[in-house]
Amino acid sequence: MYTDNLDSQKSGGLRFLQSMHIDPPLLLALLLLTTCGLGILYSAGNQNIDLIIRQSTRLALAFGVMILMAQIPPQNFKLWAPWIFLLGIILLALVLILGDVGKGAQRWLDFGFVRFQPSEMMKLAAPMMVAWYFADKALPPSFKHIIVAIILVIIPTMLIAKQPDLGTSLLIAAAGCFVIYFAGLKWKLIAGFAVLMGALTPLVWHFMHAYQKQRVLTFINPESDPLGAGYHIIQSKIAIGSGGLYGKGWLNGTQSHLDFLPERSTDFIFAVFSEEFGFMGVILLLSIYFFIVIRGLVIAASAQDSFGRLLAGSLSLTFLVYLFVNVGMVSGLLPVVGVPLPLVSYGGTSMVTLMAGFGMLMSINSHRRLLRK
Amino acid sequence: MFKVRAIVASFVSIVLISMLLIRLFQLQIIEHAHFDTLSDNNRVRLMSSPPNRGLIYDRQGMVLAENRPTFSLDITPEEVDDIDLTLEALGKIISIRETDIKRFKKALKRHKPFRGVSLRTNLSENEVAVLAVNRQRFPGVDFKTKLTRYYPLGSSAVHVLGYVSRINEKELQNVDSSQYSGSSPIGKVGIERYYEKELHGKVGFKKVEVNVQGRVLRVLEETKPVPGKDLILSIDARLQAIAEEAMGDHSGALVVIEPDTGEVLAMVSMPVYDPNLFVHGISRKAYRALQQSGERPQFNRALSGQYPPGSIMKPFIGLGGLDSGLVGKHEEVFCEGYFMLPNEERRYRDWKKTGHLDTTMKKALAESCDVYFYQLAYRMGIDRIFGFLDRFGFGKKMSIDTTGERSGLLPSREWKKKVKKTIWYPGETVITGIGQGYMLATPLQMASATATLSLHGVRQQPHLLRAIRDNQSGETQAVKTLEQKPVVIKSKRQWKQIINGMKEVVHGVTGTARSIGYDLTYKMAGKTGTAQVFGIAQDAEYDEENLAKKLRDHALFTAFAPIKKPKIAVSVIVENGGSGGRVAAPIVKKVIDYYIHSNYGKNVH
Repeated sequence: MYTDNLDSQKSGGLRFLQSMHIDPPLLLALLLLTTCGLGILYSAGNQNIDLIIRQSTRLALAFGVMILMAQIPPQNFKLWAPWIFLLGIILLALVLILGDVGKGAQRWLDFGFVRFQPSEMMKLAAPMMVAWYFADKALPPSFKHIIVAIILVIIPTMLIAKQPDLGTSLLIAAAGCFVIYFAGLKWKLIAGFAVLMGALTPLVWHFMHAYQKQRVLTFINPESDPLGAGYHIIQSKIAIGSGGLYGKGWLNGTQSHLDFLPERSTDFIFAVFSEEFGFMGVILLLSIYFFIVIRGLVIAASAQDSFGRLLAGSLSLTFLVYLFVNVGMVSGLLPVVGVPLPLVSYGGTSMVTLMAGFGMLMSINSHRRLLRK
Repeated sequence: MFKVRAIVASFVSIVLISMLLIRLFQLQIIEHAHFDTLSDNNRVRLMSSPPNRGLIYDRQGMVLAENRPTFSLDITPEEVDDIDLTLEALGKIISIRETDIKRFKKALKRHKPFRGVSLRTNLSENEVAVLAVNRQRFPGVDFKTKLTRYYPLGSSAVHVLGYVSRINEKELQNVDSSQYSGSSPIGKVGIERYYEKELHGKVGFKKVEVNVQGRVLRVLEETKPVPGKDLILSIDARLQAIAEEAMGDHSGALVVIEPDTGEVLAMVSMPVYDPNLFVHGISRKAYRALQQSGERPQFNRALSGQYPPGSIMKPFIGLGGLDSGLVGKHEEVFCEGYFMLPNEERRYRDWKKTGHLDTTMKKALAESCDVYFYQLAYRMGIDRIFGFLDRFGFGKKMSIDTTGERSGLLPSREWKKKVKKTIWYPGETVITGIGQGYMLATPLQMASATATLSLHGVRQQPHLLRAIRDNQSGETQAVKTLEQKPVVIKSKRQWKQIINGMKEVVHGVTGTARSIGYDLTYKMAGKTGTAQVFGIAQDAEYDEENLAKKLRDHALFTAFAPIKKPKIAVSVIVENGGSGGRVAAPIVKKVIDYYIHSNYGKNVH
């Protein structure tokens, strides 16, 4: 456990990490989580070594990005924030105009040598932008500033929702809102917004695509369509529920290994874990996530300037929302929106973005301490 | 300020994570049992493996019912590169009709690619051989073997064996349906039906794990099927064939019993049909042909046919008369060609218009004098006749171990009051004396009563099962003969007196069956009968005048041999055969000749 009085008895390794701007507790938790993730993926992918190699490569890349980001002082993020945001908006607009068709929605930009998803970039750019906007203003912000901040959040959210990618647009909206929250949005206004959102629900419903509506309907009553859209949720609940207290054991999940569980390497990987490791495993896994979130909030609380505080707080809470939406969807609490289990689901893009975010957190943390010394 | 916000955020994190944990607790702990069942239902399938049906042998070890492999050709689509090419190549070496291909292509769309789809059934041995040689040319093409019932003797002994066929809804409700999963056949009539439990065995089960497409991945649990038990029947297949041949084209029935044991050596009902037709499901056309045939081949006349026994009742009535002292052994009754009841006008005619004149019991039996037995029956009265014949088993089922047995009819005062709602008339007693009137008997009853007579009253329950063999333990268990309450009379010599009369039927110069007696190498006791026809409708009332004109009489003969040490008792009825002596007796002679000369000494006991 990392505490301040550890300073006096630091080992050489810790000193090295510090010089690299790496936060040891966060690194440890992330390593633990991604290692568990590889273990689950090995099972979910029917012990396909190729899959593990590809995911490990991505992880290595992601950790590399994290270390790289940690080296950049937070002042630079603040400096670049408006430009990154602007670039992101332009790319999102481009996606809408000439984006590739993938999975029934336009999300990708194909540069020939690499396929790029601007919405991923926006996951970091949006909170950076809002944090930048509030950074030099008096806090708590005035009503006018809040309105501007909301507009800054709504623009990318709408662009991504239009792709359509409901999951990501919600995550970006959440990330932006968290910045506003940490900036000091009045509690009364928060309550007011909550009521407004409730009132707007029918309107949102009206603008949703047919497949999105279907997802919500299926969520409300999965048994209405047990072989169609409801199948995912039913099979996922069976996998989780049949895991029981201790689970069926690693590699022994019948729901996953006999192909009853769809998308088990990606969005539904949590069901594989729950089936094989049971409720005990679930408690352990969620504890790791919880630790990461709390560590992020601690970093935010001890950050020295507004930009760092707001960005760190937003990134930490967004990570929690990731987890909540994925597990909620897999366990039938929330409708099926395509949000992967952070750092565990198979797939590269979101992993790199997340680790870049953690790199920023570490940068905010370590550069503060360097300043203090 | 910011710290408060961070603390609130931490608190919200705890709340959100707790919500997840509560949800997961609900799924994994509270509803675990429910989801566990659903998970097992997803992956575990129960497959049944039908047991091999027990075989049926005759007393000499000849196979009467066996299981033969029938081959069908299956194609597993996922293992075949080009289905059309394969079909074309297969068509060159075996016969594949257009309809086969059509059916196959249709089934192909419905099946999962790893499931075999049947292309042909009932491959000939030749086709199987050709395919076996060319096997490596056709990956994904496979034979499937299934054991199906086969009756190698065809229609011979069909009324003993019965047949199996696919189980129907109604039968499924009456049996443990799990024992018949996997479309097993079930015995429909005869031995196949009566000993269904023994023959069927126990179905085996395989608990298998399947994936989402239903492909079997592994066997979790297996219970092997227990094969059915083999039955060894008392039937002698060669004797049965001789008897069937002797019946020729006649409709009718013949039953052969071994008196000492009650074992049925042969049981013939003509005409016959081929039980193999039913095994694969009889075609509608063939079934209609069977049903509409006026001869009703599916009707087992030996057990279900109830005929007026006619004169073959005379030895039994005679024995009753001697036993009750109502007629003396040497007493002469004068026969002038008819009999009249006191104070009645009606004449009960003898078959011989001129009459038999002075007639003793011996002569009455030998020449089948009707008047003698009219007189005797009148003296005895219906109550005494009923009481005496009842002891031989007439009017009751003999509880033979197969299906379709009927009880016949032994009329009594009570019966008439109950069924016909009128009193018994003395005239009805008179004609009962010659086995006419209401009385009906099955060929089995006639043969059994003859066997009892041959052993001076010892009665063995007639049965078809001789031994039962358990294929698991290899043990063979013999079926015990079931001795029934014997017929006891006051003077044992009276048996001999009756049997002497029956000997005269065959060996005497005036015997009604003397034509078969002159070249016999052994002594036979018999009795001819000519029954006025009821057809096989049991409830038709006896109407002498009308029916007799329409149809020729049924010819009957019952006999046993050798007289000193009876080994075989035979009864035959030839429908519309005419004279018992001329038509029925030669049939019996052929059967007994064959048995005495070639068979009974060599029996496997």
